[in-house]
Amino acid sequence: MSERERLERFLRTDPRDVGCEEAMAVLHVYVDLAAAGGDAAERYPGVAAHLLACGPCGEDFAGLLLAVTSGQRGG
Amino acid sequence: MEPAGAGGGLSDVECALVQAGALDQESAGWLRRLGAAGGERQAAERELHGRLVRIALAEVRRRAASTPVTGPELDDVAHQAADDAMLAILAKLRDFRGESRFITWAYRFVILEVSSKLGRHYWRNPPVALDAGQWERLPDRLGIDPERHAESAGILAEVRRVVDEELTSHQRRVFVAIVVDGIPLDALAARLGLKRNAIYKVIFDARRKIRRALVANGYLEEQGLEQR
Repeated sequence: MSERERLERFLRTDPRDVGCEEAMAVLHVYVDLAAAGGDAAERYPGVAAHLLACGPCGEDFAGLLLAVTSGQRGG
Repeated sequence: MEPAGAGGGLSDVECALVQAGALDQESAGWLRRLGAAGGERQAAERELHGRLVRIALAEVRRRAASTPVTGPELDDVAHQAADDAMLAILAKLRDFRGESRFITWAYRFVILEVSSKLGRHYWRNPPVALDAGQWERLPDRLGIDPERHAESAGILAEVRRVVDEELTSHQRRVFVAIVVDGIPLDALAARLGLKRNAIYKVIFDARRKIRRALVANGYLEEQGLEQR
């Protein structure tokens, strides 16, 4: 990826992006669907767009998914 | 058309998918035990709290590389997060509608508490001060190869010009803190007394404004502008 492409990707915004509050409000639903092998991104494209763009919400998604899928974490 | 993004809300289709469901056996069991009296309830609360502590400890360790919080303070954050999550879960038990498994709903509280507390604890020993404005670090922040810094200097200078001249003072302060200085978004939110979404929306709008300026001035092609 060229430097220009890297910058362009960083600056690109997705109009489907629902923002942090909406994404976190349904995070448990989204994670359960993903953990069950469902296509969460297809069913919740606005949430998926947000999780890709927002580092902190993406981290919360990764942490919650790991929590419910890892037996060692008591899920 | 102006996109409704970054806080525009779930679409009707997405809202329709978030529906209360029939409880699975495990979730029903949690609700029954947490709603019981005496020893059964206390045992359920102890079990749930124990799980929250384990999740919180694992989560702070998973995030250890991206926070200046270390050692015993990291464990303190985990225990505080588990305690506060437990209180919130018990207070909001009636709000659980079976949209997900109960334990997933409950773990969400502790994961979000970990995020929030790490953001607040960041300022006890911050690696960079607010308003530092380390523009020389921007190429690294954007992941630009050090050997190619020179050829990207022109477009990055234009980014800085747009930030300095076209963003509002609030947008500029937030953009510089998050993108240029690399301050975690939750830490900045805690410092400015704002919600995470408010900071994200500022960055979202700033990215759009910068991109439009770069396109208008010939640094980027219009193709792909605000594409999905």
